[in-house]
Amino acid sequence: MPPDETRIEPPLALLAELTHRCPLRCPYCSNPLKLERASDELTEAEWRRVLGEAAALGVLQVHFSGGEPMARRDLASLIGEAAGRGLYSNLITSGTLGGERELRAFAEAGLKHVQLSFQDVTAADNDRIAGLAGAHARKSAFAQAVRAVGLPLTLNIVVHRQNLGGVDQMIEMALSLGARRLEIAHVQYYAWALTNRAAFLPTRAQLDTATRTVEAARERLKGVLAIDYVVPDYHGVRPKSCMNGWGRRFLNISPAGKVLPCHAAETLPGLSFPSVRDAGLADIWYRSEAFNRFRGTDWMAEPCRNCERRTIDWGGCRCQAFLLTGDAARADPVCALSPDHGVVEAALREAERPVEAFVYRQYG
Amino acid sequence: MAPSRDRLVVSASTVLQLAPHVVFRFDDTRQRWIMMAPERLMLPDEQAVEILQLVDGKAGVSAIVDTLAARYTQAPREVIAKDVTAMLQDLLDKGCLASGSPNAAG
Repeated sequence: MPPDETRIEPPLALLAELTHRCPLRCPYCSNPLKLERASDELTEAEWRRVLGEAAALGVLQVHFSGGEPMARRDLASLIGEAAGRGLYSNLITSGTLGGERELRAFAEAGLKHVQLSFQDVTAADNDRIAGLAGAHARKSAFAQAVRAVGLPLTLNIVVHRQNLGGVDQMIEMALSLGARRLEIAHVQYYAWALTNRAAFLPTRAQLDTATRTVEAARERLKGVLAIDYVVPDYHGVRPKSCMNGWGRRFLNISPAGKVLPCHAAETLPGLSFPSVRDAGLADIWYRSEAFNRFRGTDWMAEPCRNCERRTIDWGGCRCQAFLLTGDAARADPVCALSPDHGVVEAALREAERPVEAFVYRQYG
Repeated sequence: MAPSRDRLVVSASTVLQLAPHVVFRFDDTRQRWIMMAPERLMLPDEQAVEILQLVDGKAGVSAIVDTLAARYTQAPREVIAKDVTAMLQDLLDKGCLASGSPNAAG
């Protein structure tokens, strides 16, 4: 095996999930089904230490996320700590707590960018998916506040069968709110979204129409609005390069301090994820069993082991392999070469029969 | 102030600067220059680093090309101009650069 397959590089980005608390109840939330409680959250002093360790380890970007990270009173202080360590900081928010006053403090502390979520274009549909009355109005005001303090704005809209027809209006909304970037991200089917998959997985025809709309808009709006568009992997023939490979580029820290190779990794059985309360971040990144378990290509079975794409997609997603086949070490079944690909085809057939009902995210 | 809905096209007289949310710095861990933008991390090669170091909100594209042409006397100026313009246009389209204001104070 060439040495570049096994050499462990320092991580590039940290997703800091400051809290699982959130005013929204989106039924495709990427947080785990078992949400962590406020009383278990890392303290400000613990996060400050972790940010310092991350910068020393080589992390370049920190994404403050959640839940709703603005539920934390110490967010401006944590942004300041990140900036002081040379970290590029990004706020990922629902825009439903706070506004211009908070944003001004964040900007002064060194925040570089705001990514604001919308659930849909119209207030009625947005608020129905978000599970919060008045959310759309608050988000619109928040977007204006972001621009008023001079921070660059990205809109993020999660798309699925219930809103995919509105892609053109989403693009117009992003322009009218002064965003320079728009992320149109299909639901990824883990945790809450997997529970509600039948309500959200689009049909092939819906997907193809939306993809054509996005491609035309990208051309038309070149240099005006950048559109990032993530196609749902169920509809592809090869898996996504999940996290660009396990333990290669990215780490995630949960509200209670667990360090994960991705935000869904806790669904995997038999792996214990170290906490920043018990070990240093560098030790966890380079030496923990959890981060080394699926690193590189040695763990792979066929068809991945000898696949020419093994260092392109890294076997796809470990969590998806486990959730759909019961074995995290198998090929991601969205790959057409996987012996388990039939489970994905079955889900796509299910998508041809519309279901509207879903359950909202909640503390169990 | 909302961003413009018109695409800026780079010409010889265009003055550019890094967009306010972009960080271009040397990374000690990796011993190389990096450029960071929202959801984007770029590792510019040596040639790109040299160009980016000249993007200062004051020098026009033709002045940047002059500087590089003086450094690399074996390369034809028009080739340098073409490469520089293409790279700057690409970064501008990605939102990593913004129009500089040569006449504005500050």
